[in-house]
Order: sequence, then structure tokens, then C-alpha cells
Amino acid sequence: MSTPSVPGDRAGSPSGRRAWWPGRAGHGFVAPYAVLLIAFGVVPTGYAIDFAFTDAAGHFAGLANFTTVAGDFRFAAAGAHVALYLLFWLASLVVLVVGLALLLHNLAARGVGTALRFLYYIPGALAGAASVMVWLFMLDPTVSPAGFLLRTFGLDTFGQVIAPGHLPLVLTGIAFWTGAGGWIVVMHGALNNISPDLLEAARIDGAGRWQIARHIQIPLLRKWIVYMVILAFAVGAQLFVEPQLLSQASNGVAGRDYSLNQLSYDFAFQNDDLGAAAALSVGLLLVSLVVAVLFVVKSGFFDAE
Amino acid sequence: MPNDTRRPATLVHGVPTRRSATRGRPPRADHRRMPRRVPDPVRALVLAAFLLFFVIPVLWLVLAATKTDEQLVHGDPLAFGSWGALRRNWDALTAYQNDAILLWLRNSALYSFLALVITLGVTIPAGYALAMTEFRGRRTLLVATLVVMLMPNATLVVPLFLEVNAVHLVGSMWSVVLPYSFYPFGAYLTYIYFSTALPRELLAAAKLDGCSEFGAFRRIALPLAAPIVALVGFFSFVANWTNYFLPYVLLPESGQFPVQVGLGTLLSNVPQFNPTAGTLAVHRPELALATLLAITPVLVLFLFSQRFLVTGMLAGASKG
Repeated sequence: MSTPSVPGDRAGSPSGRRAWWPGRAGHGFVAPYAVLLIAFGVVPTGYAIDFAFTDAAGHFAGLANFTTVAGDFRFAAAGAHVALYLLFWLASLVVLVVGLALLLHNLAARGVGTALRFLYYIPGALAGAASVMVWLFMLDPTVSPAGFLLRTFGLDTFGQVIAPGHLPLVLTGIAFWTGAGGWIVVMHGALNNISPDLLEAARIDGAGRWQIARHIQIPLLRKWIVYMVILAFAVGAQLFVEPQLLSQASNGVAGRDYSLNQLSYDFAFQNDDLGAAAALSVGLLLVSLVVAVLFVVKSGFFDAE
Repeated sequence: MPNDTRRPATLVHGVPTRRSATRGRPPRADHRRMPRRVPDPVRALVLAAFLLFFVIPVLWLVLAATKTDEQLVHGDPLAFGSWGALRRNWDALTAYQNDAILLWLRNSALYSFLALVITLGVTIPAGYALAMTEFRGRRTLLVATLVVMLMPNATLVVPLFLEVNAVHLVGSMWSVVLPYSFYPFGAYLTYIYFSTALPRELLAAAKLDGCSEFGAFRRIALPLAAPIVALVGFFSFVANWTNYFLPYVLLPESGQFPVQVGLGTLLSNVPQFNPTAGTLAVHRPELALATLLAITPVLVLFLFSQRFLVTGMLAGASKG
């Protein structure tokens, strides 16, 4: 009775190999997922590529859309903004997350460490628009609980705080506030996987806390740090909601066309230039893909077999 | 897969970071690792400073909802306002476009919930099949999943708009729900889970006893899948609830906004941020209250499922 459905079994059922449709059951299980993957992963990608090489009249346009984007006065600026933001954001993640995770992990009172980790983690619940709302208030000297700090730096109005030159810092602060706690938890888990015997041995050999961190813990965290940097890069390059809301809040003074995704959005919906919007998306996709593939290949993180 | 021996235990018990009994060390060992019990002041200072940085804004937000705009500017930033003010803020907020905030919350719940159901229905079997069965195209599908997973979906928003526009679905709630339902990270987590937590011999034995392939999935794999269902469900729900870009582009009508996009609308009606705001002015405490409402479901989930979260983040990170 059961034989027709067995063939998908890798564990080697006796009659499996020569059925009329090997892997039928497996295909049944993955079919709906594959449909979604095609509809919302593959097709939009193909669509973007198609649009990127087509002009408004539907003819093949070569690289015209790409040169339009590259020649647009906003493009170089947006690219520079995103690059600068990424630099700040990734640097703060690596230094502060690893540092805080080590500090928390070495804490003698374990209950305090657990509580702090959880409290650091809570802003993660405010991802997206909510975090921007909160920080609009935090950065407005008139209502902020840290208003005295802002005024110490000579920033008396909201407009001064979100001056364009400050945006990389502001955006890094928001992203760090929402995202760092989660990564601290990850790093903590990774630190727990380091054998206590190893640390004990180092200590007996006379290594101080700093030397242990520098020569044992951080090298053993390397894989997780790479993972964090790659994912944070991928997310950071897609910056949209934060500058978009900032620009709404400042009446377009700060944050308009600040990031590449905003520019793509404006090409599509303000300039009615779908080709250029698609070309920009394709460029962004290409960058993320290269990073993703490099990661999969180089890190060995996802070696399935 | 050097970590394999560790993973099943961590996922099944949902306590990933604890140095488990397999190490064979008494818990005391944790304390012996610490040469110095006295916290040194610099470290305590750093940890306290970051505690303020992470917690004060959340605390402020909660308190801001209980104040008048006047108190917000002139009062102590971290003082409680009054219940009466909270009540008035609530009335003013719900008066905005006749309960628009409630409609947006309902929309968010509807989209996230529908997407959650589809995600689980689609992703769990797919992850199971990727891990436990052999079929043509398995490796391709796995690689595609990994690549798409690392490719943030924001890049695909404008192309998705073009696609959805071509089939005239812009403005339909499915234009958001279906893309939400595609959740490669969930498929990947499920794949990891089954390939480490479910012994193949168990499935083989079930099939020898006459269980069909689907029967084996339903009777053996699914009952064991509770932790991964919760995990994928949590991540998918949070990701969808907090998504902004996709609905912002695909659902142009105010009546269809999820609450995240609604917050943006409220924001542009706050005179202090946007001097051109018209007659529908929204005051800052109302905006704070709206933000608080918007994050409540996720915050509650966070508070009650920290263990799951930790497990999931590690599952994503510790595969190696």
C-alpha cells in the first residue's frame, strides 16, 4: 500500500529508487513555497532587469537607464550618504556590540547580566517607524530628556540637531538603538559556547581579562562577527524608512532623497521614470547578491552537507 | 556541521545559551571563572550608560502618552502626567479621521495574521522536505533560499510594485499579504531544525510500518515541530508588523494603511514637525500614544518569548 509514496525517502526504503516519479512527495511539500519564491523572489528580479533595460516606449534601451541614474545629481550624494552611514553603523556594531557582550559576559553577578541583556534588547520591539517616532522626540531639544546634553553641544533646535551633516550619526544612533540588543544576545550565546576550561587555562597561564578577550574570545567570535556585519550591511544598504520619516518631520529639510532606496522610490513615483527606478534597484540587488554569495561561499556558514 | 551535536538539544529545550549538563561541570564553575567579584567602576559606568541609552527612550515614550503637550515641553521629562491627560489624548487620537488609528491597527493585525498563517502552512512543509526528503531541484531550492534570505526585500519593493501593477493588484491587501508570506528565513530555520532534531531512522521506521510520506510528516514531524513553528511564527509576525516600505508603496489608500504607515501620516500632521500641517493637527502626546499602541503587540510578544528569540537568533547565527 505504502510503496508509491516512499520514493522520496533518502534513508533508503527498499522499493524507493525506481518509482515513476522520484521525489514526488518532496515536490509536493515544497511546491507552495517554490511558487512564492518564484512569484516574490524570482519574478520581481526578472521584472526589474527587464525594466532596467527598456525605455518608456518599450524598446531595448541598452544602458541608458543606468547612465540616467548615474548622471542624476542626487545619485552620487545618496550613494555617499549610504556608504558613510554603513561605515558608522558597522563600526559601531562591531566595536560596541562585541565590547558590551564581553563586559556582560564577564559580569560576576549573572542575574544582573541577564537582566541587562534583556533591557538592552527591548528597543528591538520598536523596529521600523516606531523607532523614528521615538527618536524624533529624543532629538528635539525642547522635549528630550537628554535636551541638556544636546544644548551642551550647542544644538538648541530640532532643525540644528538633524542638520544634514549630522544624519549619518543620527541614523546610526537609531539603528544601533533598535538593533544592537539582539546582536548582543547572539554574541553572548556564542561566548557561552567557548569552553570555560580554555579560559581557565589562559588565566592560570597569567593572562589578564583584556588578553583573554583579545587572544581567545574575539578570535573565536570571528564567525559571528562576520555574520553580523554581512546581515547588517544588507539591511543598512536598504535604508528607507528612517530618512523618509525624518524628511516628513522636517518638511523636506533633512532626509529627502537621502538614501538609494528613496531615490529609487522617487524615480518611480515622482519622476515617472520606471526604467531608472528599476536600474537603481538592479544595481542595489547586484551589490547585495555579490555580498550574499561571497558570504555563503567564503564563510562556510551555510554548508549544508 | 561541527555544531550538530549541540543543536538538537538547544532547539528542543529552548534554552540555548545555558552551559548545559553535557559539559559535566557543576554550575559553581561559572562563579569560579570570575577572579574578581567587585565590579570595577569603569565597567559599571559603561554598562549603566548604555542601560540609560536603551531604556530611557522607551520609558519616556510610555510616560509621554500621559501628558499634555504643555507638560511635555515644560515638565520633568521622566515624570508621570495624569490619567485625565491620557484619556484626553486617547479621545483626540481616536477622533483623528474617525478612529483611523483603530482601523490601522486592525489592518496591521489582519495582514500580519493572514501572512503568518500562510507562512506557516507553506514554510514548515518546505523546510521539512528540504531536510528530510530527496527530490530533483532540492539543492537549487536550498541555494536560492539562502541567497534570497540574505537579499533584503527592500530592494525588491519597487520591482514588486511593477509586477503587482502589471496584474492590477495595487491597492489589494493581497499585494502585501502574499509577499509577506514568502519568508525564506523561516524555511531555512525549519530546514536546520528538522535536519538536526528529527532522526531519519524514525521516519524510515514509520514508513516501513505503512505510513505514507504525508502521514509521516503529519504524525511524526509535526508533533515535534512546535518549537520551530513558534519561532518562525514569531519572526514572521514581527517582521510583517514592523514593515513600512512595502505597504507604503503598495497600499496608497489611507483606509488600508497598516499602523506603521499610519504613524507616518500622523507625524506629518504634527505642527511642531511640519508647520504646514492643516486643520487636522495632531499633538505630540497623541503621536506618542499612537506609537505606543503600534508597538504594543510586538512588545508583549518580546516580553513573553525572550527564550524563543534567543534560540532563533542563535539558530540563524550558529549554523556551521
